[in-house]
Amino acid sequence: MSANEAVIRFEEVSKSFGSKRILQDVSFDIARGSAFCILGRSGTGKSVTLKLMIGLLKPEQGRIFVEDQEITALHARELPPVRKTMGFLFQNAALFDSLSVGENVAFPLRRHTNKPEADIKDRAREKLAQVGLEHEYDMMPADLSGGMRKRAGLARALALNPSILLVDEPSAGLDPMTSAEIDSLLLNLKSERDTTLVVVTHNIPSARRIGDELVVMHEGHFIAHGTAKELDQSDHPVVREFMKSEGGG
Amino acid sequence: MIERIGALVVAALAWAGEVGLFGLRALREALRPPFEAKELLRQLYDIGSRSAPLIAVAGFSVGIVMSMHSRSSLERFGAEALIPSVLALSLAREIAPLVAGLLVSGRVGAGIGAELGGMRVTEQIDALESLAVDSFKYLVVTRVLACMIAQPILTTFMSFTGIVGGFVAETVISDLSFRLYFDRAFSSMQFVDYVPASLKTVVFGFIIGTVSSYLGYNAAGGAEGVGKASTKSVVYSSILLILANVVLVKMIIFFFPEEIG
Repeated sequence: MSANEAVIRFEEVSKSFGSKRILQDVSFDIARGSAFCILGRSGTGKSVTLKLMIGLLKPEQGRIFVEDQEITALHARELPPVRKTMGFLFQNAALFDSLSVGENVAFPLRRHTNKPEADIKDRAREKLAQVGLEHEYDMMPADLSGGMRKRAGLARALALNPSILLVDEPSAGLDPMTSAEIDSLLLNLKSERDTTLVVVTHNIPSARRIGDELVVMHEGHFIAHGTAKELDQSDHPVVREFMKSEGGG
Repeated sequence: MIERIGALVVAALAWAGEVGLFGLRALREALRPPFEAKELLRQLYDIGSRSAPLIAVAGFSVGIVMSMHSRSSLERFGAEALIPSVLALSLAREIAPLVAGLLVSGRVGAGIGAELGGMRVTEQIDALESLAVDSFKYLVVTRVLACMIAQPILTTFMSFTGIVGGFVAETVISDLSFRLYFDRAFSSMQFVDYVPASLKTVVFGFIIGTVSSYLGYNAAGGAEGVGKASTKSVVYSSILLILANVVLVKMIIFFFPEEIG
């Protein structure tokens, strides 16, 4: 992969919380239109890596580039244009609980487009239909199941048609069938819109379905990087153990 | 022992400094577009209009009680005619600003602390940022401004309902007409009785909005953290409001010595 194909790049990034080092000199590139899965046990810094990509956290050290723009050098006020090109599906969807499902999806459209109200509602309905929630427009987030919340969160993350989609634990708390449905939604996005996917997961079957490239995080480092097949053949004991567990291997 | 007290004082001052900077940032950000007018109006409705029934009931009750107390005292000197003006002056200068401030800090402070705290621990604030929205401007600035705008209006409303309560208490005992009662109530009221006290309530609104937003916006630790943010919002903003009242009354007396004194 040549450098100019990279849509996201980490250069020697380190991040700590207090005395706890989460990431240590992490470097990698993510190619445009690819699906990049970050694997690892809980608490290894996977979600932190996603939040660094969208500027929700700042690293102590290192540089992060999104679409050739160094976001680590930007002031908070300069981040919104970069963030508009990205969508973020949070682990628990993070829907605004004071707004209906439809209003959640319409929210970014109202903020960042000058479309008439009718068009905004149509677009929100269209996004909800895309994730199979066309009849839930007026429901409140609290009335949805875990899988529905996640799909609603996905619809909101897709509202502005982002070229990069960051997904935090798409299968967490979901049954295998709903998890597979979410995976196929993500794969459709990738094939139909050429969306770059960055997926944090500890679900190996899900990572195998989605990922073009997989990395395994352990103690603040990427200890393996490659396709699922390459990781299956890794000599690293942690990687082997991880790929064998939870249906892998 | 002294070391522990010293450490506590230093920690309290550091906390107060942090909250102060948070509030000043809110004021600075309020001057920079986008102005989030729609959200500000929503907050004004939530903080202002929805507090009005509580303020009305409290003001009316305080007015009745104060009128009864004033009568029992003033009767001894044959000065019952002064009841309306004594009541109006007490309400406008001190009772309404302080009671309305404490009531709003209870209702609104707890609400802001819990709402923002809940949004923080469920990543809704991060979600706002990820949608390219400045969460500080959208959530904090609007709430601080709404408190600052709503507080003097609610205080005035409380003074009014208090005077009405006083009139109701008086009509049970005397046959004073509504018009005469209000004429007497406002006859001794001057500019300095109302305006400095109202400006004081703008500061109260700033304290309530800033403290509760700070605690909610920086909440951590799940449901327990949200509960703490909510409780602390009420306790800290009430204490700060009472302390600020002492300083502000002193300042009002300093700047308007003749009229107030």
